[in-house]
Amino acid sequence: MFKRHGLSVFAVVIAAFISLPVIVILSYLFQAEGVLWQHLLDTVLSDYLINSLLLLLGVGTGVLMLGVPTAWLTSMCSFPGRRWLSWALLLPLAMPAYIIAYTYTGLLDFAGPIQTWIRDLTGLGYGDYWFFEIRSLGGAIVMMSLVLYPYVYLMARAAFLEQSVSSIEVGCSLGYSRWRAMWSLALPMARPAIIAGLSLALMETLADYGTVQYFGVSTFTTGIFRTFYGYGDTAAAAQLAASLLAFVMLLILLERYSRRRARYHSAAESKARADLIPLIGRNAVIAVAVCLAPLMFGFIIPATQLLFWAVFEAEPLGWEFVSLAWNSFSLAFLAAIVAVTLAIILSYAKRTRPIKPVRTVIAMAGFGYALPGTIVAIGVLIPLAWLDHSLIALFERLGWHSPGLILSGSLVALLFAYTVRFLAVALGSVQSGLEKIKPSLDHAGRSMGHSPWAIISKIHVPLMRSSILTAVLIVFVDVLKELPATLILRPFNFNTMAVRAYELASDERLVDAAPASIMIVLVGLVPVLMLHGSIARRRPK
Amino acid sequence: MRSFNLINSLLISAITASILAVTSAQASGVVNVYSARKEALIKPLLDQFSNTTGIKVNLITGKADALLKRLQVEGSATPADLFITVDAGRLHRAKEAGVLKPVSVPLLEETIPKELRDEAGYWYGLTLRARPIIYAKDRVTPSDLSTYEALAEAQWGGRLCLRSSQSVYNQSLVAATIDALGASKTQSWMEGMVKNLAKAPSGGDTDQLKAVAAGVCDVTIVNTYYLARMINSSKQADQSVASQLAVFWPNQNGSGGLGRGAHFNVSGAGFTKYGKHPKQAQALLEYLASESAQAWYAEINNEYPVVEGVEVSSALKGFGAYKMDSIDLEILGQNNRQAVQLMDRAGWR
Repeated sequence: MFKRHGLSVFAVVIAAFISLPVIVILSYLFQAEGVLWQHLLDTVLSDYLINSLLLLLGVGTGVLMLGVPTAWLTSMCSFPGRRWLSWALLLPLAMPAYIIAYTYTGLLDFAGPIQTWIRDLTGLGYGDYWFFEIRSLGGAIVMMSLVLYPYVYLMARAAFLEQSVSSIEVGCSLGYSRWRAMWSLALPMARPAIIAGLSLALMETLADYGTVQYFGVSTFTTGIFRTFYGYGDTAAAAQLAASLLAFVMLLILLERYSRRRARYHSAAESKARADLIPLIGRNAVIAVAVCLAPLMFGFIIPATQLLFWAVFEAEPLGWEFVSLAWNSFSLAFLAAIVAVTLAIILSYAKRTRPIKPVRTVIAMAGFGYALPGTIVAIGVLIPLAWLDHSLIALFERLGWHSPGLILSGSLVALLFAYTVRFLAVALGSVQSGLEKIKPSLDHAGRSMGHSPWAIISKIHVPLMRSSILTAVLIVFVDVLKELPATLILRPFNFNTMAVRAYELASDERLVDAAPASIMIVLVGLVPVLMLHGSIARRRPK
Repeated sequence: MRSFNLINSLLISAITASILAVTSAQASGVVNVYSARKEALIKPLLDQFSNTTGIKVNLITGKADALLKRLQVEGSATPADLFITVDAGRLHRAKEAGVLKPVSVPLLEETIPKELRDEAGYWYGLTLRARPIIYAKDRVTPSDLSTYEALAEAQWGGRLCLRSSQSVYNQSLVAATIDALGASKTQSWMEGMVKNLAKAPSGGDTDQLKAVAAGVCDVTIVNTYYLARMINSSKQADQSVASQLAVFWPNQNGSGGLGRGAHFNVSGAGFTKYGKHPKQAQALLEYLASESAQAWYAEINNEYPVVEGVEVSSALKGFGAYKMDSIDLEILGQNNRQAVQLMDRAGWR
């Protein structure tokens, strides 16, 4: 059994290993390369920065406006359809951002059915009427908000559900109205969770390449790839990515500072909640509309369009879909288990010994989420290939047959990349679950002679069940949707659904990409529904 | 503990799969390919090759620069034998990066014209892709069109659609123009075109075609196989777009650089420096340049064959014959970086 130090050391080693790719990318900052920077600074860099900031601001506002009210309504109020809406609101999570972008472009573009219909009906030509230009910064903001709000929704809802009823009741007994109690008690208590969800959505926004590239919006990320693909300059691309990372680090520090020493714990036992706030009449209609809108635009409309293309217009996938689905599913499942297990170990090490080295290295390990997948993949390739070469040298010295690239050329590289990329997701959910458990419970456990492992498995894991499941779900769905790292790191003859959808879409055969896209969505639904079951069971009807 | 068993069996199957992938890639009678050509546009040929020769082909597809990076990092341990990509600039970049080796293949030197392959044999072109001007038949008379350069003139104000400068096809077009006109003229040409844009650049080549058909703009610059694909499409919407459009081959006459011919590019392949199966790789490359493979490209993806005398698709025939820019394709690669810089300066997003 580990003693307390043992756990910390173990956690630091794991976190350091996961930080390796991030460190590799950051280390490019110290390679001198001035010429291209000067050029970028003179021409496009300010555009990149402004567009990225506007994108962040827009998506941040969007996901909060969609995620928090829906989470509050479905966890605190009662209205018709609440139960199925509470899980259906998760569905957009299964929709990759670049796919929803392709789909809506197909619908809303000037050459799409809606505008063509308008022109046929009115006899107007292009430019004679106003229509929302989907291929724009605004379009990108809407698309990303629609598929990223579930991060905020999930985290906020889990927090609202895990909140001890008594604090709200105390608030009410002290004369707060229900709504006042929400603003003054429930929301501030849920703040760490909401911020965790928000920062996930924003990091994902910064890492997105597919959507902004397709819409022709020049952001910092498209700049990274322009530098990589256009200039063929990996070093400068990595430097841009490293500055992006530095920016994210700054934001997170700012948030930490604004929270300062405040801690949010609540009574661990979750007693049956007092009655939900009943909404009737107009209020009920508003509540249903508020919850239905994101579901409609984030899932039902695009999924219907995809389904239509897949069934009526696309080339069918054939039996190959079995292996595609199995590859995607098993990879996503394994990655989710690995990432969440590591997240639990790391969060727990931080909880027992929140000393600086432990916190710093864990924070480093989570930053892979803000990096575009391609950059993470390069950060993964470099150290793994180095290890491989060392192994080959060792084998040859021993006179054995060279083993080849057993790490960088195999699924190990992919799983490693997914962990690097998505550990932040798992950490966010697990930590916000853990933060709400009073430290006194740990003390009690320890005073009864339990080891740290026993405290994790007997006290924390059961209390954080829904946080852990949330983490598994998000990592699973994220890996399912993940494309760039998969594309570079996969072994020979290994395809996933996302790879298939991308290949057809990037060959400008959007309609033929629909069967693979809809399958990503369908496989992604499985854990969404499972998660719903397990959260719902914990709560009174 | 059923879930544990599931995890266990997943782990075991993942590990065996990866070991299999690694070992099978090293067995004899195989060739390992890194391809920036999409799977749908290469796998059928590879399967055909395996059927006739019995040589198994292992394939990874991906973006050219990412695959190149993987090749570089893997170094001497790379399993890849052949690197296939779709742009002369990328082939040049791979050569510069030192991941390819020169191989003289007599059969290919005989069938593939000299200007479509690397002199020393670092890479061989496999298909040709032309990037002419496409116009709306009802709004543009062909006599108004002449050269790429003329698209910067004021008469095209608000009538031009262009794909983003992120597209390597556009980068190569600019790289070729730099060679013909010099940097400063190229930049002012692009500034003129940017002024003439009907909408900010977005989407792919197909989207530009749809935009012209929908009346957003009147002219665009697009690879021909996208138009040919729409002509051959079974979908009515695609056919209706294609029926409104026609190809104009620019820069056919004129003095100096202006008469250099229409811009084209190649897809091609090169032998990796550390490939372990050179014989099989050579067999595959020879197959890809064979008449039947060349005809397949022409028919399925409407690309022009590099081997003379191979029949092209009826859609390509409909576009007519044209004069190609006789530029040394190496130059596209050499000028690529400068091209992107100029595009940045000209404000071509």
